[in-house]
Formats: sequence, structure tokens, C-alpha cells
Amino acid sequence: MGRLLNVMTALSALLLIVVLASVRRAHIRVEYSVSWLVAAAALLILSRSRGLLETAAHKLGVADPGLALMLVIGCVFLVMFYRFSVIISKLRDDNIALAQRLAILEYHLQALRDGQPHA
Amino acid sequence: MPRDSLLIIVPAYNEEAAVGGVVRAIHAAMPGIPVLVIDDSSADATQAVAREAGAMVLPLPHHLGLGGCVQAGYKLAFELGYEYVIRVDGDGQHDARDIPRLFETLRQSGCEMVIGSRFMNGNGKNSGAIRALGIRFFRLVLRPILGKPVHDPTSGFVGVNRGALQVFSKSFPLEYPEIEALVVLQRRRFRFLEIPCQMHPRTTGRSSITASRSVYYIVHVLLGVFVNVLKFDQRGRRPGRPEKS
Repeated sequence: MGRLLNVMTALSALLLIVVLASVRRAHIRVEYSVSWLVAAAALLILSRSRGLLETAAHKLGVADPGLALMLVIGCVFLVMFYRFSVIISKLRDDNIALAQRLAILEYHLQALRDGQPHA
Repeated sequence: MPRDSLLIIVPAYNEEAAVGGVVRAIHAAMPGIPVLVIDDSSADATQAVAREAGAMVLPLPHHLGLGGCVQAGYKLAFELGYEYVIRVDGDGQHDARDIPRLFETLRQSGCEMVIGSRFMNGNGKNSGAIRALGIRFFRLVLRPILGKPVHDPTSGFVGVNRGALQVFSKSFPLEYPEIEALVVLQRRRFRFLEIPCQMHPRTTGRSSITASRSVYYIVHVLLGVFVNVLKFDQRGRRPGRPEKS
């Protein structure tokens, strides 16, 4: 249990550092880093605060606080994956609409350049 | 734009070997009717070959897939005020000599969509075993949803009128669009007809639906069908009303 919590602390800290470094290098936009930072901070706090973790385990009805931590991690990442799926879907829709609009505008422009009426 | 104006659209992706022949065949079957090849960011000379054959070209800036490609053509046709659009695939499988009959049916019937079917009158021997099995499966699935049988739900040889064009220019399935498009129309109480058409075996290029992708295709389309059934349940009760995108 103690080793698991230490590993979780290290992983959470690593996640925080990686995300902050990515934001600094502009690999991740600030608005999309917030979810990762909140998740990493929550996991860090939970893994360092045994009292809080035991309370969470009790509330969740799980006997083992380590198992409760894994459950919380699973739920947090499921929510994040869902959130990013929504964002990616919207981006793809926007991207397709933009590509189509660009193609249509280029078509109109070419027709004007050629001095030809549209089809 | 005249009341009966028709545009023929040809979605094409890496079809340099076939698209020139397709455009020439369409011009021979429908003289004076504009042909628009929508190039889905091909890596080969599809655009140049299409222009050389006398088609206009709508070049997409990057690969969108079949649905995005066809929808770009529908959007342009709708903006330019066309009354009718017929889609002919760029791989040469559709027989351009069927276009006049399909157009006449579209005009005379008043249906929003007319499908060229390879399975009416005993045609359709050119379909592979897996594809034929998939088509049979989707016929069964679609029968209760559409309220009437459809022989060839995966046919890309379709004509639409301005009502359907308005809907499709705003909402069109992106991957494997043919089956979902039927459901989209049905939920708006639009009508479709099928007419028998000749299909040729593909002589160049490769189909996007390989044997290994068939399972993905079935799951994807099934999901799309049921999402559309749920999504448009309320709107379907108001015929002819296009959705806001």
C-alpha cells in the first residue's frame, strides 16, 4: 500500500512536470492543460493524504484505500478521455467544414480569374 | 439557374486511370451538362486528367474521405442554385448511359432521391461475396426503418433534388455515407426510388472497403444508422424542414 502510494505520488508529480513543460513549449494549449493539471494535482494530494484517501475509500464503499485510489484514477481518466473525444470530434467537424469552404472559395476564385461563368 | 438545372458530381481519390473515361462517358451521355470532379486531395494526376477530359474540378485542400468529399460537391451545387445533382463514382463502375433515365425519374417522380440499383432485374453479379452479404444484412436492418425495401443501399449512383441537396449540404455522413444518408432522408419523410442500373467491375484502383475493414464498416454504419434514427426522431415529424448545422 505504502509503495503503491509512493509510486502514485511520483507518477502524479511526473505528470505535472510533463504537462507544465508541454505548456511552456506550446505543445499543449493552456485551456487543454487544465484538465491534466487538475487530475495530476488531485492524484498527488490523494496519494499523499492517507486520511483523505481512507475517507474517499469509505465513501466509495471500498475496503482497500489503494483500490479506491485506482478507482478514482480510472474515473478521472475516463472523464478526460470523454472530454477530449468531444473536443476532437468538434475539431474534426470544424476542420471538414473549413476545408470544404476553402475548396469552394478557391473554385469561385478560379472561375473569376478565368473569367468564366460558374457552371 | 434554370428550373431543371442538373450538375453531375464525381468524387474521386487517386483515380487518374479511370476519371478521364468517366468524365468523357458522362459528356457523351449528357451533352452540355456540367460535370464537377471533387478531388479528395489525390496524390496522382486525377485533377489534371479530369480537367483535360472537360470537367470542372473542386480540389479539396486535404483528404476528407468520401462523405466530406461528396458533401463539398453538394454544398457547391446548392450555393450555385442547382435543382438536381447526380453523383457518379470516379472509379468507372457506374454506367453513364443510365444517367438520362435516372435524371428523368428524379424529375418526373418528385422523389427527393433516386438510387441506381445493381440488384434490380437480376443485376449485381459483379459484387464480391463479402459486399453482397453486407448489402443483404443492411437490407434487413433498413427495411423496418425505411418502411419499404431497398435493394441496393450501398449504391453511390444517386440523384437528389434541391430539397435533399439542402439537407445534405448541411448534414451528411462522413464515412460510408450511402446507408446513413437514406436514414437521414427518411427521418424527414423524404421519398426515394430505385431504378435498375448496370454496374461494371472496377478495373483500376482499389475499393476503400477491404475484407479486413468490412467488420469496422458494418459496426460503423450500424451505429450511424441508429444514431440517426434517435437524433432525428422529433424532426422527422416535421416534413421537409432542414436542420440547422
